[in-house]
Amino acid sequence: MSIPVAEKKEKVSVPFDYNKYLRPNKLPHIWCPGCGHGIVLKAMLRAIDKAGLEKDNIALVSGIGCSSRTPGYVDFNTLHTLHGRALPFATGIKLAKPEMKVIVVTGDGDALAIGGNHFIHACRRNIDLTVLVFTNATYGMTGGQYSPTTPLEAMATTSRYGNIEPPFDTCEMAKASGATFVARGTAYHTIELEKTIHEALTHKGMSVVDIIDACPTYFGRANKFKSATQMMEEIEKDGTVNVKQAANLPPEKLAGKMLRGVLHKVEKPEYCEKYDILIKEKASAKK
Amino acid sequence: MAEKKKKLLQGNEACVEGAIYAGCRFYAGYPITPSTEIMEGMSVRLPKLGGKFIQMEDEIGGIAAALGGSLAGLKSMTATSGPGFSLKQECIGYACLTEIPLVIVDVMRGGPSTGYPTGPSQSDIMQAKWGTHGDHPVIAVTPSTVPEILTETVRAFNLAEQFRTPVMVLYDEILGHMREPVTIPSPGELLVEDRAKPECKPEDYHPYDDKFLIAPLAPFGSGYRFHVTGLNHKQDGFPTNDSKIIRENNERIMRKVHINRESIWKNEEVMLDDAEVAIFTIGSTARSARFAVNELRKSGIKAGLLRPLTIWPFPDRAVAELSNRVKAIIVPEMNLGQMTLEVERCAKGRCAVEGLFRVDGEPITPSQIFHEVRKYL
Repeated sequence: MSIPVAEKKEKVSVPFDYNKYLRPNKLPHIWCPGCGHGIVLKAMLRAIDKAGLEKDNIALVSGIGCSSRTPGYVDFNTLHTLHGRALPFATGIKLAKPEMKVIVVTGDGDALAIGGNHFIHACRRNIDLTVLVFTNATYGMTGGQYSPTTPLEAMATTSRYGNIEPPFDTCEMAKASGATFVARGTAYHTIELEKTIHEALTHKGMSVVDIIDACPTYFGRANKFKSATQMMEEIEKDGTVNVKQAANLPPEKLAGKMLRGVLHKVEKPEYCEKYDILIKEKASAKK
Repeated sequence: MAEKKKKLLQGNEACVEGAIYAGCRFYAGYPITPSTEIMEGMSVRLPKLGGKFIQMEDEIGGIAAALGGSLAGLKSMTATSGPGFSLKQECIGYACLTEIPLVIVDVMRGGPSTGYPTGPSQSDIMQAKWGTHGDHPVIAVTPSTVPEILTETVRAFNLAEQFRTPVMVLYDEILGHMREPVTIPSPGELLVEDRAKPECKPEDYHPYDDKFLIAPLAPFGSGYRFHVTGLNHKQDGFPTNDSKIIRENNERIMRKVHINRESIWKNEEVMLDDAEVAIFTIGSTARSARFAVNELRKSGIKAGLLRPLTIWPFPDRAVAELSNRVKAIIVPEMNLGQMTLEVERCAKGRCAVEGLFRVDGEPITPSQIFHEVRKYL
């Protein structure tokens, strides 16, 4: 006797076709084994796919540094600018062509040290850019100097006796500066990161995602981590907690941990939309 | 036919008129004396024309955003003065290597450093040429009257778009703030060049296609997806370590301006045919020189004026030819000898070359030039 069962839907896992977005002849990339940047790139591409963005309509803009090499590997309108200057270049493209989706990939040194002024003002304007800050707490391209997010007492080639400068909290700064979407993810929590980037891409206004990833080559070696996976587990997995889980945890469980997920999201008038209203008013006004 | 509009304009306002006439539809900048009126003017004019204006957080942001606007396909401009010009040098080098058209106006004030913000100078001539690192092509135009600021700004846009390179408009604070009657040209009266667009299929497009000396530049978002980097790159725009390609590309960006220098050069000659002593100068100093030449002629002295409207590339040939037929070339300039060295280089000892310098924030007077010329006769 046959028992009627609900027809079982077989879940077919189709591997994501990254080649749809990559420039395969520009690979291999320059990143070291164990670096998190490739994981972030893949999460970004899946988020772009999910958002249904057209390749012709995306400008991917970067500054200088390891993470800023990302644009070279992807098949969009790609612009590798100067150290710290990705945001003003991106601002120019977005203002000139507001119909384009303009994404900025930048490192913590690029965005917050040499480009710090551009960062706070892009946030203040609430211009519709999505900014992915690859935070590895080091200047990898130049060999491991301390950066604006290097923790206190951490070792770097320029803090051989331990870092005496306190680090920035990128998300707090973005929020205080006026960004209307602020989130944090890690390379370890890759599915969550994809969702967070997707939400950032679909937000209207300045969206900032601080992405914690590891530099085993420089930060890792200088700070006695045994492997890239140990870094990911200690810094990204155990060093962070999702903002939703954090709501139910006692303060002692949150001590020293960074919050992940969407930390700030508000709707406010976006810069280019306001500019378009200005154009419509002035163009129709009597001269 | 509509009657031509005649207006009493300040130099910086004439610059705005020239930019609008040339089709500039993107401006990004930062306030700085004595150029600020350009930014103020653009902020009023551009929205009415559907153009884009943004005041950025600093000088670097100003030029970087303008380059972004240009790469997105709009004719773009920024304006500044000495200290801001220094800050912009990083992006000027980027524009030279990536070959993004841009007009940069530098209203020259006294330096070094903060210097004399409300006083005139001509001390950015060498900064315009050598301010950014690496060998790179430079085009700089040097108007001398308010109407000429308008027409030379139009020419600067034409050169920038035609040669895919940043072009500088250099004039001193006196010209920036003085007022003269200007006839606004009617549409079509002045030549306006637009950027060449690619005709090939997107998959065949190379932003630095070596089939061309100057390849067409596709705007971002137009279906031609390509890569732009400030690293030495190949014809497809991607970075390279190939020393042969690096050399060829570095030489090509210089060559594109050098072999076209005759169409970029522009000189005015005043009574040079029979001159025994020539004056070589630009900007407001050329106004004093013109006055001095007239006075010298009245007292029977055969003086003349060579006035370049393009200071970079330097008018080598005109100076060399002149040096063959005059006793001396006097070079009055509001700096301590930046053009004089160039004139000496081109004269190669064939005539005397004497500088007349002033760095006290005051203009060089006709009488100073008059007396300097008389020393040589």
